Amino acid sequence: MAKQYVSATINGEQAEFLCETQQTMLDVLRDVIGLTGSKEGCGSGDCGACSVIVDGRLVCSCLMLGVEAEGKTITTIEGIAQGDKLHPIQQKFLEHAALQCGFCTPGLIVATKALLDENPNPTETEARYWLAGNLCRCTGYAKVMEALDDAAAKETADAPA
Amino acid sequence: MSTLSYAAPTTVDDAVKLLSGASGLAKVLSGGTDLLVQLRSGRVRPDLIVDTKKIPGIIGIREENGGFVVGAATPGAVVEEHAGMKAAWPGVVEALDLIGSTQVQGRCSLAGNLCNASPAADSVPAMFAAGAIAVVVGPNGRREVPVEQVPTGPGRTSLGKDEFILEFKFPVRPARSADAYLRFIPRTEMDIAVVGCGINVTVDEKGVCTAARVALGAVAPTVIMVPAAAAALIGHTLDEATLAKLDAAAQAAAKPISDKRGTVEYRIKIAGVLARRTAAIAFDRAMGKTNGKAH
Repeated sequence: MAKQYVSATINGEQAEFLCETQQTMLDVLRDVIGLTGSKEGCGSGDCGACSVIVDGRLVCSCLMLGVEAEGKTITTIEGIAQGDKLHPIQQKFLEHAALQCGFCTPGLIVATKALLDENPNPTETEARYWLAGNLCRCTGYAKVMEALDDAAAKETADAPA
Repeated sequence: MSTLSYAAPTTVDDAVKLLSGASGLAKVLSGGTDLLVQLRSGRVRPDLIVDTKKIPGIIGIREENGGFVVGAATPGAVVEEHAGMKAAWPGVVEALDLIGSTQVQGRCSLAGNLCNASPAADSVPAMFAAGAIAVVVGPNGRREVPVEQVPTGPGRTSLGKDEFILEFKFPVRPARSADAYLRFIPRTEMDIAVVGCGINVTVDEKGVCTAARVALGAVAPTVIMVPAAAAALIGHTLDEATLAKLDAAAQAAAKPISDKRGTVEYRIKIAGVLARRTAAIAFDRAMGKTNGKAH
């Protein structure tokens, strides 16, 4: 089968690409479009390193076909910062050194963004369950929770009254 | 180089024609959280993928004649956020909330969980207990199938190659009815059931059970209904004698295998324990004592 034409909105910009049916959204992001921030840890939906937001839903881009992106709005790790200005979540991950090797970090930041968009002030239990699908092989979870807490507090404080 | 075709039909008829006309293996794609893993591992090698998500109504929840109709490909997260489903079917909702991660729940569907036909699928015992009806579409039109008649073995269903599920009907709730789902895993999240148990009951003003359905997961080649366990509940309050009979019936119905998640003996014991705990939650909910999360 010939490659298929797909049109989607990726990080706020219109994106057009050609892909084969079996290429996952993660394959397309990394190998076709050149957005290599999303990582492949497991390729089977267990690790969350490839997390992206599709039409407002957090998903594993390795569990979605590229052709399914047609007409969708997708946010990847590259779309979290505003230009050169880091998103508060990214800033707090830096300040708390909430990363060791950094491989899981893009997925954790995208997942944290999706959580705080939906629930600006999560309890620790809510946050831990939400992030249960983001694995850190360095096991650096404590600082991630601190960064998440701090980012939530900052976003709540900065929000217009 | 690639021979795998993809189609995203926008009508049931077109989807059925694509499935009927496929020369090789055609697979229906809903959320893809199982199918994509199987594609990657090479466990399935389809020639055609039919993505059903553009068919109107296959994603979404609506009320109909006092019950709920859930589109077959509706993501679990959407069902979990639906106030009506949470109130009427807390057991089904909490079962969906146990499938994989937040990311997986953003895509996984009831139809996918049912048709992947894993004996350990979390939403399936809850759907069995609920008495949900699958609306199956195919070349001969629509037919309504009780969900417990869909899985026939691990990875196998009773659906024809040119059939798929369009939606699920959840029946009208009598007063004082509630369901619950519990699974046992050795950790708190992101694992596959050692045993799962779904129970759905209706009770009278005094807490005497007037109707019950009990289903067990991961103790047989498919999720199973356990009529003897339901019979142990009907006509009784949930006292110790009733719990003991329920426990015994669940254990008697469990015909598990030993694997890395548990031995035969362990799973049988857990089936009884989970049935007791699940029934306690369902009865409490039915009596209006609690409607909190079971987990």
